Amino acid sequence: MDVQLKRGLLDVCVLAAIKSEDSYGYKIIKDLKPYVQLSESTLYTILKRLESADMLTVRTAEHGGRLRKYYHITGEGRKRIEEFKKEWEEILAIYRFVTKEEDGDA
Amino acid sequence: MHKQEFLAQLQKGLSGLPQSDIEERLTFYSEMIEDRMEEGFSEEEAVSAAGSVDEIAAQAVEDTPFAKIARERMKSKRRLKAWEIVLLVLGSPIWLSLGIAAAAVIFSLYISLWAVMISLWAVFVSLVAGGLGGIAAGIGFICRGNVLSGLAVIAAGLVCAGLSIFMFHGCRAATKGILICTKKMAVWMKNCFMKKEDAS
Repeated sequence: MDVQLKRGLLDVCVLAAIKSEDSYGYKIIKDLKPYVQLSESTLYTILKRLESADMLTVRTAEHGGRLRKYYHITGEGRKRIEEFKKEWEEILAIYRFVTKEEDGDA
Repeated sequence: MHKQEFLAQLQKGLSGLPQSDIEERLTFYSEMIEDRMEEGFSEEEAVSAAGSVDEIAAQAVEDTPFAKIARERMKSKRRLKAWEIVLLVLGSPIWLSLGIAAAAVIFSLYISLWAVMISLWAVFVSLVAGGLGGIAAGIGFICRGNVLSGLAVIAAGLVCAGLSIFMFHGCRAATKGILICTKKMAVWMKNCFMKKEDAS
């Protein structure tokens, strides 16, 4: 898959994983596992990128006697998900057009 | 490998990066390993799931901008003694010019890579222009009654156009190659800075 496309997809996947409730690193990887295999170093890079783009915020909370970082989606992050949905509506329309042509050929 | 051992190795692998970045990464991996262990994985399994230290370090270097690494390198230098400063000032005609020369060599390498690419694309553009121009001129010749010359010029134009198609694919491959090459060069330069850090 195209690198830029994949990067954009992974960003939205991580945003979606923290959309309904705040989550932490390992849980994000676990939740995304059925859909996409994410290595820990890749996740770190994505989280940093999203944080510097103001799409998520980080807070540290205690868990079982140690500290854990929780990621919280911002309005900017939700906006990105909405944009993604719109973009994919367009891409899906093109996909349907392309596959229709193929069916016509057959 | 145990968690502490892994984190110690990782810290070593990341040295040369800004201290805050190193700490943040170490906390991240430490948290990951602990979460996995809480889930029921053994310590060994949790550590191996985090990936290899080399891979993590390579990714970290790629993520960190060159300026940040260079700044870190400047910052971490120990305080200089008076005689070292005197030597540095006295020696500046030598090391400064050598440094500038080295920077100039790297810069010229970079520029020449792009120059090669620009010239390749220029050849492509001129082939396209030659093709279109040849065909147009040939039609002009034929309209004036000079059929033989016209056909010859059109043929030349078609040859140019044909070559330009091959040229396009060549140019595209070369551009891709050069882009990969410059990216590798950047990583290599970052690593150079970081290795010096380890030695000092």
